[in-house]
Amino acid sequence: MVAAATTASLKDQVFEILSHVPDPEIPCVSVVDLGIVRDVRGGTVIITPTYTGCPATLAIEADIRTALDRAGFSQMKIETTLSPPWTTDWISDSGREKLREYGIAPPPKGAAKQSLREISAECPRCGSSHTEELSRFGSTPCKSLHRCLDCREPFDRFKCH
Amino acid sequence: MRDPSLFDYACRLGDDSLILGQRLSEWCGHAPMLEVDLSFANVGLDLIGQATHFLKLAGGAEGAGRDEDKLAFHRDVLDFKNCLLVEQPNGDFAQTMARQFLFSNYQELLFRQLCSSANLTIVAIAAKAVKEVAYHVRLANEWMVRLGDGTAESHARTVEGLDWMWRFADELFEVDSTVESLIASGVACDVRKLRSEWDARITKVLRDATLDVPKARRVTKGGRVGHHSEHLGHLLTEMQFLQRAYPDSQW
Repeated sequence: MVAAATTASLKDQVFEILSHVPDPEIPCVSVVDLGIVRDVRGGTVIITPTYTGCPATLAIEADIRTALDRAGFSQMKIETTLSPPWTTDWISDSGREKLREYGIAPPPKGAAKQSLREISAECPRCGSSHTEELSRFGSTPCKSLHRCLDCREPFDRFKCH
Repeated sequence: MRDPSLFDYACRLGDDSLILGQRLSEWCGHAPMLEVDLSFANVGLDLIGQATHFLKLAGGAEGAGRDEDKLAFHRDVLDFKNCLLVEQPNGDFAQTMARQFLFSNYQELLFRQLCSSANLTIVAIAAKAVKEVAYHVRLANEWMVRLGDGTAESHARTVEGLDWMWRFADELFEVDSTVESLIASGVACDVRKLRSEWDARITKVLRDATLDVPKARRVTKGGRVGHHSEHLGHLLTEMQFLQRAYPDSQW
C-alpha cells in the first residue's frame, strides 16, 4: 500500500516537473501538454516522439533530462518508445487552448483517424472556418500552412495525425 | 553476427529511407516554389527519421556495437542495400516527383503489411511511419496529375522523368534468399504480393495525369546486394563528408 502510494506520487511529481518543460519548437505548450511524456514506470520516464523525423526529438530528451536533474531526480532514466504511435488526440485540452492562443489552430479532438480528410481549419484569430490550405507541409513536420478568407491572416495548423 | 538476415533486411529498409531522404534534402532552398521546398524538406526528414529507427534495429541485430550513426556514416558503397530507384539523381522537378511517386506508393503498401510483422520493432516503426507516408503519397500523386495534365513542357518532362525511373521499379518487388527466410518467419513482407495493388494505383494516377504507363524495359537491379550505380558514391561523399574528414566527431 505504502509502495503504491509512493509510486503514484512520484508519477505526479515527475509530471508536474515536466509540465514546465516547453516544446523547443512550439514553446507555448509543454512536453506534457503535447502528450510526449507518456508514463512513469518505476524509475523510468517513458517518452514518445511526435513525428518520426522530428528534429526536436533529441532536444526534447535533453531538456527533460536537465529538468529532472535540476529537480533532484538525476537517478531517473528516460526511455523512448514508438508504440503505441503518438497521435494528435494525445494533446491535452489545455494544450489545445494554448496552441490556439499562440496562433496555431489545434487539431480537432478525435480527428487523428481522419488525418487525410478535408476538415477546414478554424482561424485561431477570428474563429472563422472559412479558410483555405496554402501548403500541406509547413515550417515544422507537425504543421501545415493556412489562410483565413475572412480576416485574411495566414496561420499554422497542427496537422491531424 | 547475432541475426544476419534481420541485419540485412533492416539495412535494406533503412537505406532506402536514408538515401531518398538525402536526395530530397538536395532540393532544400532550390525548389521551384516555397510549398515544394517545404514539402521535400519535410518528406526528407520523415524518411531520415525512419532510417534512424531501422538502422538502430540493424545495429542491434548485428550485435557488433555499431549504432545508427555508424551504419549511416561509416559504411561505403558496397555495404549499402538500398534499391537503385532511390539513389537516382534528382534531375529536374518532374523526375524527382516521378521517383517519389513510384517509391511512396510502394512504401505505403509495404508499411501497411509490416504493421503485422512478427518483429515488434518493425511493427512499431511501420505503424508510426505509415501515417506520414500517406502524406507523401498524396503529395506525389497530386503533383503527377498537375505536371502530367499541365503544360506541354511539364507533360514532356514528366514523361521523360517517369521513363527513366520506371526501369528501377521492378527491383522494389524482388525477393531473394535473404528475405525468403524472413517471409517464412513472418518478419518480412512478401513484396511480390504488393505488385498488383501498386500497379493499379500507379495506373489510375497516370490516367488522371494523361500519362501512359511506360513500356516495360530490361530490369535494372542489384542495389539489394550492394551493386549500385555510380551515383551512390557521389551521394555518400557529400553525406558522409564530416565523418570521413573527422571520424567519430560529435557535437
